[in-house]
Amino acid sequence: MAKQIDDIVSLDPAEAYELSGAEVIGNVYSRLIDYDAAAPSKLKPDLAISWKVDADGKTFTFVMRDNARFETGKPATSADAVFSLQRAVMLDKAPAVILNAIGLTKDNVAAAVTAPDAHTVQIKLPKSLAPSFVYFCLTGVSASVVDKETVLSHQQGNDMGLQWLETHWAGTGPYRLVIWRPNEYYAFEANSKYWGPKPATRRIIVRQVKDASTQRLMLERGDVDYARNLDKDQLAALAKNPSIKFDKGIKSAITYLGLNQKNQYLAKPEVVEALKYLVDYDAIANAILGATATVHQSFEPVGFLGAISDQPYKFDPAKAKELLAKVGLAGGFNITMDVRNATPEPEIGQTLQAGFAQGGVKVELVPGDGKQVLTKYRARHHDIFLGEWEPDYPDPHSNAEGFIVNPDNRDNSTMKTPAWRNAWSDPAMMKAVADALVERDDKKRAAMYEKIQRDFMVHAPYVMLFEQVEVAAHRANVHGLTIGVTSEFDRYAGIAKQ
Amino acid sequence: MKAASHTARILISAVLTLLGLLLATFLIARVVPIDPALAILGDRASASSYEQTRKELGLDRPLYVQFGRYVASVARGDFGRSALTKNPVAQDIGRFFPATIELATGATLIGALLGVPAGLYAAARRGKVTDHVMRALGLFGYSVPVFWLGMMALVLFYADLGWVAGPGRIDTALEDFVPHVTGFIMIDAALSGDGEAFRSALSHLVLPALVLGYFSFAYISRMTRSFMLQELGQEYIVAARAKGLGERRVLWVHAFRNVRLPLITVIALAYAGLLEGSVLTETVFSWPGIGQYITNSLLSIDMNAVLGGTLVIGVMFIAVNLIADLLYRVLDPRAR
Repeated sequence: MAKQIDDIVSLDPAEAYELSGAEVIGNVYSRLIDYDAAAPSKLKPDLAISWKVDADGKTFTFVMRDNARFETGKPATSADAVFSLQRAVMLDKAPAVILNAIGLTKDNVAAAVTAPDAHTVQIKLPKSLAPSFVYFCLTGVSASVVDKETVLSHQQGNDMGLQWLETHWAGTGPYRLVIWRPNEYYAFEANSKYWGPKPATRRIIVRQVKDASTQRLMLERGDVDYARNLDKDQLAALAKNPSIKFDKGIKSAITYLGLNQKNQYLAKPEVVEALKYLVDYDAIANAILGATATVHQSFEPVGFLGAISDQPYKFDPAKAKELLAKVGLAGGFNITMDVRNATPEPEIGQTLQAGFAQGGVKVELVPGDGKQVLTKYRARHHDIFLGEWEPDYPDPHSNAEGFIVNPDNRDNSTMKTPAWRNAWSDPAMMKAVADALVERDDKKRAAMYEKIQRDFMVHAPYVMLFEQVEVAAHRANVHGLTIGVTSEFDRYAGIAKQ
Repeated sequence: MKAASHTARILISAVLTLLGLLLATFLIARVVPIDPALAILGDRASASSYEQTRKELGLDRPLYVQFGRYVASVARGDFGRSALTKNPVAQDIGRFFPATIELATGATLIGALLGVPAGLYAAARRGKVTDHVMRALGLFGYSVPVFWLGMMALVLFYADLGWVAGPGRIDTALEDFVPHVTGFIMIDAALSGDGEAFRSALSHLVLPALVLGYFSFAYISRMTRSFMLQELGQEYIVAARAKGLGERRVLWVHAFRNVRLPLITVIALAYAGLLEGSVLTETVFSWPGIGQYITNSLLSIDMNAVLGGTLVIGVMFIAVNLIADLLYRVLDPRAR
């Protein structure tokens, strides 16, 4: 498989937070519960065969299977699961935010996550939360179960085995990690100790191929079976090749514009609404993104609990001009837009610039390296930010929190959600998000998110644009890659070669 | 005595160059508007882990303290750990640098073995068709972007004709079957007696080395031609010809003897340039070399890796120049 894997910085589930790293961990580790790739809002058993929540909505109990073993032959027990969750919280690396979200902190995790017996894991949360929210958080990378004994045998100082596990493996997934050579490749072998169905392919090597054109050549030549990072033109060209087929999956990455409310023009609701009418959504989707994205105007990704697919905004410069005239901006105004200098963002930026110009809004594009643009965004020094956002876990609260929750709008706030970055704080919407987070009835909870999304479309200072579609091109005699909504759910176990 | 003071001067200048190099890279990395802690942690980390990382990186200390600490640990031979690969930087360099040396050496050999005779030949036939062809070839090599040429070469020789192996250093199926001894994959394959791995590694090297070699060829042949033209206009050449010496003897024995010296510098510079300047070729051919390593690290503000990589390249530059200097002394008695 040819793929860009140079973003991997660690393969420790308590530390890895990059897309490619999450994909590796999803395949070589198990969690207590997993999500169903076919229906992201459903759960399925993994190391736990059953689970329940008590009437108080705070105590969650998981009963683990007794046939899961680590490579050493030692059974995977509740002690390992408890250690793994506690470790992820105590190490406090980036993925810890997911477990922090359900109320587990360095101070309470030792008492909150316990093992009453060898096969039972109990999590007592400090406050009642929607059970679906808690479960979905536990499907994330940071809840992966590691072999306590092996990891601790490599402990250095107080690192809980971090330095060792960054480049090694101690899990129970369908595959075992044979090797990871940074910036070169990683290799999997079917895990002979895996309790579930054996993967269809015994050995999988994923090779770093940065250049997409090179990936295409290698695929056509048959030197790789999968090419994962092809752009829309390459995909269109390959569609004519009978020996190439495609696996597709909608991803949860949302492309959007963040409109900084510190800017005098963008702070006007009419301007925000006008900009939503100045985007030629279909033109960008068809001409620039092709098969790799779909127009999406809601902040929740398709398939998430309560996600909606409404598309109330169309390209309508006349309507936009009308709205701008209402606030005395009939002649338009000047504004800057920060874009990453990596395809396709500059192309999207230019099309947005042309569309905005039709309403008199003169956009100056400010290109920059991804991390440079992000640093500026996190300092709230932008006017308009063009970027992507991915949820941390497949629950609607992840994006709702990101895009809406901003309890402290001061410059030195520690909570730097996109809402804060765009200096937007709406108490009514924040209350709606807080209410949905504790709703225990899934149907009611879904309805609450539907309403939040519709209100958001009208009031929020964002222009939601597209949702990513991953298209993995493969040789016709190979198939079976599962593309999940987030990278940890990209699974290799079904890949088979005829 | 004179030689000793000359050597001391060279060494002092090398150390000062290295310090200057370190300082420049260090400062550039600090003025880039990217937050290194954020670059490592990603966008979602909690405020506490962010602060902890800043502390671990020493970013809470004044700039001069950060630099002083770094220079002190480098002096102990410790480049630190790469935030991106989690390995000690020295270990990473040991992995990626041989790949680059392999490529650069192959390319320079091709460039020099073809470029010098081509330049010589063109100069001897100044204004004739062969000269124009050589110049056009050189000009094309100078002007065409390397990533384009690399991609075209891949399309033609790998994808269409199937004459050579494609991207990477060795076939995917053979990854990790060659024991790591020197880091030079062809040497390691030969040492282990694995003929298939050796052939695969050679086949993978041919195309990127030819593409880079073409650029070296362009540079070396143009410089050779220009040096030769200068020499061929000298009176001693007129005298040699007047004495009835054969053209071949005039060219190779008399003119070329004097061209050798500046050519050593040209070839050394071309070689040193390829050691760090082949990042685009490395990208197109998925060649895991030091250029890609430094570029990736720089984009992620992985400072230990960037500074370590830059320092090693700097040392190589200085070493190549020292060797060129040494060769000068061997070949030219006046320089002794």
